[in-house]
Amino acid sequence: MVSDMERHASYPIPTIGSILAPILERHGFAVTSLLQMLREVQERFGYLHPDAITCLSEQLRIPRVKIEGVATFYSFLYLQPRGEYRVLFSDNITDHMLGSTALMEQMCQQLWVEPGKVAEDGLVSIATTSCTGMCDQGPALLVNNFAINRLSPERINSICELIRKRVPLSAWPGEFFSIEDHIRRRDILLGSGFESGSALSALLQRGTAETLQEIKNSKLRGRGGAGFSTGSKWEFCRAAAGTQHYVVCNADEGEPGTFKDRVLLKAYADQVFEGMTLCARIIGARKGFLYLRGEYRYLLDHLQNVLQQRRENRLLGRSILGCAGFDFDIEIHLGAGAYVCGEESALIESLEGKRGTPRNRPPFPVTNGYLDQPTVVNNVETFAASSLIALRGGDWYAAIGTATSSGTKILSVSGDCERPGIYEYPFGVTVAQVLADCGAHDTQAVQVSGASGVCVAPAEFTRCIAFEDIPTAGAFMVFDHSRDMFEVARNFVHFFAHESCGFCTPCRVGTRLLQNMMDKLARGNGSPYDFGEIEKLNQLLRSMSHCGLGHAACNPVLDTIAKFRPAYDKRMKHQEFEPAFDLDYALSQARQMTGRDDAGAHLGENE
Amino acid sequence: MDTPVKRKLKVATTSLAGCFGCHMSLLDIDERLFDLLELVEFDRSPLTDIKHIGTCDIGFIEGGLCNNENVHVLREFRSNCKVLIAVGACAINGGLPAQRNHLALPIILQEVYHTSHGLAAGSDIPNDPELPLPLNKVHPLHEVVKIDYFIPGCPPSGDAIWKVLADLLAGHEPQLGHGLIHYD
Amino acid sequence: MSEKTFVLDGKTIPYAEGQTIMQAAMAAGVYIPRLCYHPEFKPHGSCKLCTVKSNGRQAASCTQLAQSAAVVESDTQELNDERRALLQMLFVEGNHFCPSCEQSGNCQLQATAYALNVMSTHYDHFFPDRPLDASHPEYLLDFNRCILCSLCIRASRDVDGKNVFGLAGRGIKSHLIVNAQSGALADTDFAGDDKAAQVCPVGVILKKRRGFAVPIGQRTYDLKPISAMPDAKES
Repeated sequence: MVSDMERHASYPIPTIGSILAPILERHGFAVTSLLQMLREVQERFGYLHPDAITCLSEQLRIPRVKIEGVATFYSFLYLQPRGEYRVLFSDNITDHMLGSTALMEQMCQQLWVEPGKVAEDGLVSIATTSCTGMCDQGPALLVNNFAINRLSPERINSICELIRKRVPLSAWPGEFFSIEDHIRRRDILLGSGFESGSALSALLQRGTAETLQEIKNSKLRGRGGAGFSTGSKWEFCRAAAGTQHYVVCNADEGEPGTFKDRVLLKAYADQVFEGMTLCARIIGARKGFLYLRGEYRYLLDHLQNVLQQRRENRLLGRSILGCAGFDFDIEIHLGAGAYVCGEESALIESLEGKRGTPRNRPPFPVTNGYLDQPTVVNNVETFAASSLIALRGGDWYAAIGTATSSGTKILSVSGDCERPGIYEYPFGVTVAQVLADCGAHDTQAVQVSGASGVCVAPAEFTRCIAFEDIPTAGAFMVFDHSRDMFEVARNFVHFFAHESCGFCTPCRVGTRLLQNMMDKLARGNGSPYDFGEIEKLNQLLRSMSHCGLGHAACNPVLDTIAKFRPAYDKRMKHQEFEPAFDLDYALSQARQMTGRDDAGAHLGENE
Repeated sequence: MDTPVKRKLKVATTSLAGCFGCHMSLLDIDERLFDLLELVEFDRSPLTDIKHIGTCDIGFIEGGLCNNENVHVLREFRSNCKVLIAVGACAINGGLPAQRNHLALPIILQEVYHTSHGLAAGSDIPNDPELPLPLNKVHPLHEVVKIDYFIPGCPPSGDAIWKVLADLLAGHEPQLGHGLIHYD
Repeated sequence: MSEKTFVLDGKTIPYAEGQTIMQAAMAAGVYIPRLCYHPEFKPHGSCKLCTVKSNGRQAASCTQLAQSAAVVESDTQELNDERRALLQMLFVEGNHFCPSCEQSGNCQLQATAYALNVMSTHYDHFFPDRPLDASHPEYLLDFNRCILCSLCIRASRDVDGKNVFGLAGRGIKSHLIVNAQSGALADTDFAGDDKAAQVCPVGVILKKRRGFAVPIGQRTYDLKPISAMPDAKES
């Protein structure tokens, strides 16, 4: 499944052009495929060699700054050599709760490498990465972009051994790369026994306009979290003028704690692609994209196979199901480690081969999306649900769930519970019900919808998962009373600072300042002054940021302050203002250089 | 008839990692110094040569923090002054001394005492316990204690310092406005 | 007469269809603080300094189209407090040491901070390590002062047709780069008469050997506050 590790050193520079040629040709020298080409070039060389960038710049006739700009935006692309084995530990709070910190230390020690650095012999680099979407079977890591889960000290030992012996990834034990689906509760979607092609047949039988009407009747709302009416979106896009229309499936499932799209794409890919094809027919698109997050690289071959199967079955390609003029095909674009690309306009920028910076909106993608053409962007689950609706009708679907949240929602349950995994419920299910079903005890809090979502305290466990109460993109992270909710919020604040695209001032600088302040509190240097500062920053991020990332970046802090105030109070160790940095440590270099260690060579706390 | 004597405000001033330029600017208020002396009495200041600060109403500090002695003096000012004012670029953002911040301190000390040209034989990094130790980085004042007011400028003009003082003495928030607010 | 208008801080502002709030305000002589906006280029909307409340909703006035009868607030305590915080963020993010900067007095970051009464940098400084690029015979790049407004990028790309500048990195690591494998300005086709050489609102792109031609204290914003030049086509 994994191609052998290719060593950049084994390629003499002059052959770079000949290695790049097939990649360029496969992508038709299209600048929109720049990110895809960079990813493939890196898979060959281990990093993006400057000469490879020169070659791409010449061949694609685009300036070098553009290529470097794109390459440096994505976490998984490197302009400098990394280790032959690039190990990235998933940094989500659920990974930490399962012991990832100690496991990473263990690996660093065994392989003699500092976190974030490359080993002196170039063999390995070890660092952290944002949530890899394996929270139900963590702690997790990526090695050369492939996922390994259920890490234990023993498994880390084995991995270190394999790396030391330079065993190619393809020869590593297959069980390391096995990923469980963990489907714990099936409802109409996961239990439908969907037959490939059945929804498209229904569409052709019923008619396009009529099928759109069914989608509208179903009251289906976007499953990415925002909950816009799917029928309306498709209708707007269908009516929008353009030379081409596009369907985009957002599988950039980057919200920490979310992994339901991983399972849908693994076990229900046909149903997802069928939903995209339905949408294409309705809006008049001939081309669609699946934007797959880089962390799910392991799914690529499987998804390509499903697409190929569908082409062979005349469910994709020209004259789908023999219907003249029903032409549609799907291309898969892989992301490369950028959470912000889950925002639909940033995702489109990324699809166009650019930096994933959210656009100024309006205009919205339904009128001005991919290549400025009308584009529907929907979540994986939305497309899967639409297949079901085409098959069984809008009224049937609308009757499930609540009045304003029809149908079911798939939850990714992780954290402190006996049975983490995938749970499908009709909308309206209470938090308490989910907790009971997953075997959670002594629960202190649930973080619903990931880092940008809402932190729910026990008094609210009777609340419902629904757009009108607690909307969610699917994450459901459980924390029992042994957990420190301040540390949970701090983990999320670090996440946002790492993932801020850097476009707007408040988010670029503000998320970093917020991170620094949370770290200050964590070090025990907090005072009521800092508390006030954190609240002011929250307000600023919320009102001035360019996109949802900045707006949401303060949610975890605001929520935990409101609901778990003692976790903060116990860190307000000082009444008066304290510096953020350790003053005594600030003398360490001078002490070392002068050899002094007398009392005068130290700075204590306020004397 | 005698008018009741209003208590004079106690004022202290000092220069940390600064150049005394801000103090020179204070002197630039010229004949208004006489008005000032009607209103204030100087505690620790280069003008008085008092070594340790007593309880004061207002403290003026120029210069940032480049060594541990600066930190001690700043803390002493903070705990003795009701109102603490950072005066000048160095106090507010580190200023000129902070231009060393992109270099690691050991590299600077090596360069200055070991590897630069023209050093006397046996030159070494001073380690006398009497000497303050440099901090890894130079910091502005507000990163270490709470600062109540700031007067930017390198140096701020005598007029700017006078305006802030006058506003404070009159009991309202200092406002500089165009022409007086300057960072250069 | 059915001239389209909206209300900005109580003042009626006429506008033409398709104009942004910023464009209409500038034409009417009303100052809205801004750094990444320049009337000759497509708005970018990244610095967020020009954020106003239009009918109660916050939006960057450089990208927000003027709407008939909209009630727009700009010069309010709340918005100015937030703008001040944004300016302080820009100051601590880079290394802005005005006393030694050739652009002092002509710098829009500095002038805007004067206009908004920014007395301190407030936050803890990042003191980033950003090397200079002195490779070019005529021009110097001092990245310490870059505020990522992207005006040089837009000018080089859209006016000069050159792409000398670009944006790299993400988040707080975002930074300006130049179009050369060496990373040096001397190895690009940058020229002194490029538009890109003229648009930097701060002191990143500086002509060499032209120091202190105008003494400090007599420069553009020393003479007049930036807020009194609402429609200025910046330097």
